[in-house]
Amino acid sequence: MTAAAHTHQPVKQSRFMRRALPYILSLPALLMCIGILIPFFTAVYYSLLRYRMNLPAMKGFIWFDNYLNFFTDPKFWNTVYISLVYAALTVGLELALGLGIALLLQRPSRFNNVVSILLLLPLMTAPALAALMWKLMTHPDFGILSYLLTLVGITDFKWASDPKTALLTVLLVDMWVYTPFIMILLLAGLRSLPKAPFEAAALDGVPRSFVFFRITLPMLMPYIITATLFRLLDSIQQFDIIYAMTQGGPGDKLLVFQVQAYLDFFQSTNVGRSAALMIILWAITYALSNVFIKQWLKLRERAHGAA
Amino acid sequence: MDHTSTFEKALRGVLITLVLIFFLFPILWIFLMSFQTNETILRIPPSLVFTPIFDNYWALVTGELRTAAGSLQLDFMKNLWNSVLLSVCSVALSLLFGVPAAYAFARFKFRLGEDIAFTLLSFRFAPPLLVLLPLSLYFKSLGLTNTYVGLIWVYQLICLPLILWIVRGYFEDISPDIEYAYRISGNSWWKTFLKISLPLARPGIAAAGLLAFIFAWNNFVFALILASADKQPVTVGALAFVTASGIQYGQIAAAIILSITPTLLLALYAQRYLVEGLSMGAVKG
Repeated sequence: MTAAAHTHQPVKQSRFMRRALPYILSLPALLMCIGILIPFFTAVYYSLLRYRMNLPAMKGFIWFDNYLNFFTDPKFWNTVYISLVYAALTVGLELALGLGIALLLQRPSRFNNVVSILLLLPLMTAPALAALMWKLMTHPDFGILSYLLTLVGITDFKWASDPKTALLTVLLVDMWVYTPFIMILLLAGLRSLPKAPFEAAALDGVPRSFVFFRITLPMLMPYIITATLFRLLDSIQQFDIIYAMTQGGPGDKLLVFQVQAYLDFFQSTNVGRSAALMIILWAITYALSNVFIKQWLKLRERAHGAA
Repeated sequence: MDHTSTFEKALRGVLITLVLIFFLFPILWIFLMSFQTNETILRIPPSLVFTPIFDNYWALVTGELRTAAGSLQLDFMKNLWNSVLLSVCSVALSLLFGVPAAYAFARFKFRLGEDIAFTLLSFRFAPPLLVLLPLSLYFKSLGLTNTYVGLIWVYQLICLPLILWIVRGYFEDISPDIEYAYRISGNSWWKTFLKISLPLARPGIAAAGLLAFIFAWNNFVFALILASADKQPVTVGALAFVTASGIQYGQIAAAIILSITPTLLLALYAQRYLVEGLSMGAVKG
């Protein structure tokens, strides 16, 4: 704010009010939310306890034992492995598919716009409900997808209830819900790119693969990075789809971080382990979100600066 | 481009058709299922030819579900009502607190301002179960478990950051000169905010509100942990349909259709704003 703006201050406002106003406006929002820090710090504290609800007498402070125990706990490494595989596969596949669809719909024709709007529908479906829809479609008795597989000679395909295909099934649901997210971000990105480089390339008769890899892709990169980080943050925490589909089963096949923490808390009533697991996931997402927010702010500035 | 060949056009058509099938077929199929009896659903091979019945929806409305073992009381309309109540209240609350805060962050550079804004944003990215599990113990001792008040408070935790950051972008796009001009003619700050700033940002506020409503409606994990059957929204309620044994499949499908229709209609209505909202202002739609 410049000095000139101050001298033109129209209605006299007390110095105090002028300084206090931003706080008066923003503090209620903060107060509404700040309470959430209490359970957060409680979780940190719990993660340092031996705390099983079925054995209250054994409750005690054990420093970092919950964390140290993870090192030798194959269950923990299974959780890490499944979560990373899940996040990498969903985000990788969704990025490839989303980019492909965005390129298909790049030209802003009426038809393409209608298609891109229709593709929003899965994204607006609650992930838990989407999982139920796919559960009905892959039901062994009447599931349409199971039936279609028998037509091509694959009988006895058990989808989510078979350890071999459970991951594939939840991946499909995740892709169904979230690919449109990546698609619309990249589509908006593609359409906002400056026209000049593409026109110049067309005039010079540059091959289209060259245009794609040397012009489109580099210029689109900020959007790709933002979309990828956004999805990665959500995907490493996936709970709804997996819980609604299989509750982490069959066996330990789909026990990602949040599902495992949920089961630790409610089934094994091992509060300490559950909290430690969540703190580790939080550390991962916190690191990721710092990278993401930087990227997101850059893009946001550009979007609003250009307007 | 003018040099697209017929082959390329055909390929493009085929690919778009495949994409549409993958993304729309599940909704269509569940929709069709919801108008069928168990007999027509279980036919092999499945067929698109059937006489549509409305019994499944009627059973949900009356709360008398037919199962293999007879009739079962399941008040799905209550779930639907809970979803409406939780989403509407949490969004209203978030708008009330979030819009003034968004204005403050957009207009003033003040100490701690960005820190507060980013703290609120960070709630959006933390794993929900991290806080929900200890919270469930606190709620129990405070008597907030399975109350609307407790649930709405938790729900607004996801709505408020979303609204704050989307609306902030809209306020930033409004030139402060318009506000100065109005204030020079002798109007108070408060009046300027109500008469000038709010109306100008209205599309942004509406978009943020709708998007927050959709997110609240689609939330699953909060109520799964903090609510029991009579306070649960549709996302958790529908899961009980699948786990309860023997409920007719058409009724499950009808429950899913009723649960997803509100958000799908809202999305179609507000699609113009969705792109900017979903990316929290990083991408202009």
